Amino acid sequence: MSENNEQYRLNKELAQMLKGGVIMDVTTPEQARIAQEAGACAVMALERIPADIRAAGGVSRMSDPAMIRSIQEAVSIPVMAKCRIGHFAEAQILEAIEIDYIDESEVLSPADDVYHVDKTKFRVPFVCGAKDLGEALRRIAEGASMIRTKGEPGTGDIVQAVRHMRKMNTQIRHIVSLREDELYEEAKQLGVPYDLVKQVHESGRLPVVNFAAGGVATPADAALMMQLGAEGVFVGSGIFKSGDPKKRAAAIVKAVTNYNDSKLLAELSSGLGEAMVGINEQEIALLMAERGK
Amino acid sequence: MMRVGVLAVQGAFAEHIAVLERLGVGAFEIRKLSDLDGSIDGLILPGGESTVMKKLLSDLELFLPLKKLIDEGLPVLGTCAGMILLAREIDGGEAPCFGTMDITVRRNAYGRQLGSFACTERFDGKEIPMRFIRAPYVTRVGGSAEILSEHDGKIVAARQGRQLAAAFHPELDDDTTVFYMFLKNVSDYIDSKE
Repeated sequence: MSENNEQYRLNKELAQMLKGGVIMDVTTPEQARIAQEAGACAVMALERIPADIRAAGGVSRMSDPAMIRSIQEAVSIPVMAKCRIGHFAEAQILEAIEIDYIDESEVLSPADDVYHVDKTKFRVPFVCGAKDLGEALRRIAEGASMIRTKGEPGTGDIVQAVRHMRKMNTQIRHIVSLREDELYEEAKQLGVPYDLVKQVHESGRLPVVNFAAGGVATPADAALMMQLGAEGVFVGSGIFKSGDPKKRAAAIVKAVTNYNDSKLLAELSSGLGEAMVGINEQEIALLMAERGK
Repeated sequence: MMRVGVLAVQGAFAEHIAVLERLGVGAFEIRKLSDLDGSIDGLILPGGESTVMKKLLSDLELFLPLKKLIDEGLPVLGTCAGMILLAREIDGGEAPCFGTMDITVRRNAYGRQLGSFACTERFDGKEIPMRFIRAPYVTRVGGSAEILSEHDGKIVAARQGRQLAAAFHPELDDDTTVFYMFLKNVSDYIDSKE
């Protein structure tokens, strides 16, 4: 195996180690420690959580590397950070500080409205958002070693994450049902490489780990996404925008482990304090999920 | 039929279950206390994040019953994070989890994800493939614990009684040497109960 392929396999395997876990957005070393103690399997280091990015408006960029470093020093779990879509220089900087995973994210302002980062040129792993199977397989073709639904970040509204997860899984089931000689046309329709469509046809799943993201605010939201087939969840604004972050974080972690146990979920959902207020999809001016297709 | 429980609170437990099924061994997930109601002949602690597993073990009240089973001689295989859960000491003074193996481990010993690697190395007299992902290694082996494998002068696998620990991920390769060693312990354990 070439060195590049070997690293890609190791990167996909790191995502496998994160399965069944919760990745939490944090903005300070203190929050990172709270997240780790609450049972986060990784943290996403960023200057502002999506709800605040949405509120502040303006151009949103990669976080200060010094701030990311201070979070790397605060915890032993993997640390992820976001670069703008197509901003390979930001990605190079994140690789230089040995980030564990780069999220090429629609939450930040896109730097390129045509091209995504060529992720095959990097040794560090990338996670990318997707609304459907076409987007997911295009990101994988570009070198992403993990996929997440886009959802709609910073809203506390789960509807879009549900839509994206259902869409991907419906499309996967459709590909499984096709005859082999129909896969070429399917690849053309989806705008993705044939060999990835063939892999999905044979395995009945994405070639990489798939998490839910964008709008998860409660243990019930997390359980819903897991029952719909997510292999873990990202929680952005949902934790540190809520009344009792510590308690809510720990409850969401447990909900992801025992997503089928409704009695436990009832217990976990009790007395969590205020959830983030949230905005409905009809009320938002900016659809981040429409960035980068 | 052998019944091997795989701790399934977080991490790469599905990969272990897939290997066990391929080998014709009965496997079940351990997510909550009632999962331990049936018989159990062996335990696998998979890769993942040890801090998460440690917290969930205690929150879900699995810690004490599993520790008791290991103390009483239940065969156990810990890989990567699972090895950290078994270790008596963790470099840096962090509190141990089960602490049933007389070894000291260093977490993230090879650094961050850019330090992850694959190699082949001798294990129990045989060259086997090994995959290290943000892996720990063993810095000390004490008491009746013994070294099973070293890579670049670092201890990457050890055993003590029926406890087996590896810093790498045998569940991600086709080679079954490590699993056969664990399953031999399981069948010895079943014989000893009869």
